[in-house]
Amino acid sequence: MNKLVVSPSPHIKDSITVEEIMYSVIIALVPAVVAGAYFFGIEILAMIAVSILTAVVTEYVAMRLMKRKFRNDGSAILTGLLLALTLPPTVPLWIPAVGAFFAIAIVKCAFGGLGHNIFNPALAGRIFLALSWPSLMRKWPEWVGPDGITTATPLQLWKFQNTLTPYFKLFIGNVGGCIGETSALALLIGGLFLISRKYIDWKIPVSFIGTVGLLMFLLGQDPIFHILAGGLFLGAFFMATDYVTTPLTGKGRVIFGVGAGILVVIFRMYSGMTEGVAFSILIMNAFTPLIDKVIKPKVYGTTKVKT
Amino acid sequence: MFRKFKGGIKLPHLKPTAGFTIERMKLPSLVVVPLKQHIGAVCEPLVQKGEKVKTGQKIGDSHANLSAPVHSPISGVVKEVRMHPIPTGEEVPSIFIESDGVDEWVETSGIDPEKAGREEILSRIREAGIVGLGGAAFPTHVKLNPPKKVDTLIINGCEGEPFITADHRLMLEYPERIMRGVEIMMKVCGAERAIIAIEEDKRDAEQQLKKFETERIKIAVLPSRYPQGDERHLIKALLRREVPAGGLPFDVGVVVQNVATAKAVADAILDGKPLIERIVTVTGAVRLPKNLLVRIGTLFSALIEECGGPAREYDKIVAGGPMMGFAQWCDIPVIKGTNCVLLMKSVEDEERDCIRCGRCVDVCPMGLEPTMLASFSKKKMFDKCLEYRVTSCDECGCCAYVCPSKIPLVQYIKLAKDALRRSA
Repeated sequence: MNKLVVSPSPHIKDSITVEEIMYSVIIALVPAVVAGAYFFGIEILAMIAVSILTAVVTEYVAMRLMKRKFRNDGSAILTGLLLALTLPPTVPLWIPAVGAFFAIAIVKCAFGGLGHNIFNPALAGRIFLALSWPSLMRKWPEWVGPDGITTATPLQLWKFQNTLTPYFKLFIGNVGGCIGETSALALLIGGLFLISRKYIDWKIPVSFIGTVGLLMFLLGQDPIFHILAGGLFLGAFFMATDYVTTPLTGKGRVIFGVGAGILVVIFRMYSGMTEGVAFSILIMNAFTPLIDKVIKPKVYGTTKVKT
Repeated sequence: MFRKFKGGIKLPHLKPTAGFTIERMKLPSLVVVPLKQHIGAVCEPLVQKGEKVKTGQKIGDSHANLSAPVHSPISGVVKEVRMHPIPTGEEVPSIFIESDGVDEWVETSGIDPEKAGREEILSRIREAGIVGLGGAAFPTHVKLNPPKKVDTLIINGCEGEPFITADHRLMLEYPERIMRGVEIMMKVCGAERAIIAIEEDKRDAEQQLKKFETERIKIAVLPSRYPQGDERHLIKALLRREVPAGGLPFDVGVVVQNVATAKAVADAILDGKPLIERIVTVTGAVRLPKNLLVRIGTLFSALIEECGGPAREYDKIVAGGPMMGFAQWCDIPVIKGTNCVLLMKSVEDEERDCIRCGRCVDVCPMGLEPTMLASFSKKKMFDKCLEYRVTSCDECGCCAYVCPSKIPLVQYIKLAKDALRRSA
């Protein structure tokens, strides 16, 4: 007989890999990138490129410094891309570079790299930028798009001028805002792709967006406006579904989504911050280990779940 | 109406031998008969080196209740009795018999199950050395004699793992025998009804068995979903009952037996034939994959030769299916629980860090969190594994199958279970 390999079962495995997942999420973001380039100009592609490049180089250097193997598994590219999509369209190019560096070096690699970070790197990077350079990060300039000029985001118009942007404009994304968050349509296409291919769990976006809609309705606000406005779709489909920083179980994910939804409503109704979605998800990231500790699946043949 | 268990996975339907009629393999020139082919006590040898034995002669037995005797699968001379590995990796005393090429049988005679008493049938089943032929090899006479009242006998014809078609062929070619065995087993275990469970990729087997369906013995077709053939999940899918953790099916009024076991019982009672052969699917990288009727103790190398030798390069021989089978390191014999011999090429996967995608949690039919168990096991925190109910794991392999980081979750879980067993 030949020389035989002995290994534990199972002897066959599904073809899925980390790379497949990461690149699928990147592909799912292409419609949002296209929408951003269409509404805010082709220059935003430079921001995305700088952000991705910085993220990948930072990860490479960080892994080398930690004497660990660098793998281009797509996760750094994804973080860079997501970070760029949360930025206003007019920031100077060093902003995405600094943000991506912070996201990868401090938020991801310092905690042990892919799989070990507590907070969503892209969102933490975004908050770092917003706290460090608030004026740059909250500048919604007049811009020349295909059919109009705007000066503020729909949420600012709602908060400070009591004006509701029409649903259709919000849905298409022809409004002021961060480059990847404005087009609900583009984000929905990507999100549904990921759900249909089972790359992400539908429970998080549904419970997250559903909670925001329901609470806003109960508070006498327009729920559809609040669902479509701001970074909710980008956050719910692409940030709150990050595997590493969200709960392991289905029930836990629902709790995560509902919790994030409640926080978004609180931020929008009772604070002047524009980063409501980002803060909400980051706060729930911090609760994830606790949720995982308390919420356990029911073990077959047991009546009481041990915690 | 019913029929779902939690989790599980849809496996590719890879069963190239499903259409191949069972072939009787030529008599092997040498057999290696392990004295433990079942769950329970090792048998004492009843023969010595140099002794002549006949086919069907009892050559090993034990006084322990949880055990099953073994019989000589051929006629010939005992060459030696020494330790030899069995498919699970364990080394057990084994009897080496060289064939005289005659296949001279001991006298056998059947009984009429209608007239025979329950005790007599049970002792005949024990004497025939019958154990569960689905793989676990639990002594059948013990399983059919539960300490509690049972109402349902489930006959397991799921055979959900890829490549294995031994039970499928058996159902197609011996439906009446299986039914006779089911009737006998119902009488013995006291169940009022029996359900023969088949997965929907075996509709042809359903048609064959339907011809013999009665008021008390029904055929149920379930959607194909792995690991439905695990008795705990089969009971859940069919009856919505959950076997308590640490308990056995009789705790919820059920006995589960494999279709091949039913046929073996019929052969033992009606013809007095001990269990000395079984159907083995030999498949994968062999030139001519086959469903072979093989004498117990036949070496895997003889099976591979019977199937035309390797068709392409292989470096893994799996006893059992690709999901739960055992990879072998040397030539070993077919034992009572061996339903498949699979030759394959190994794939080397590099283990990565867990990305917490939760796929393993979603697919675990037992409701466990395999990634947590693996990370505790890796850190040797075995008490934590216990707290997370590692002992409930059936090692079905769904978690490791779906893991994108290619973490050998089952290996870590086995490690933890083993460490806990040792420290207990």
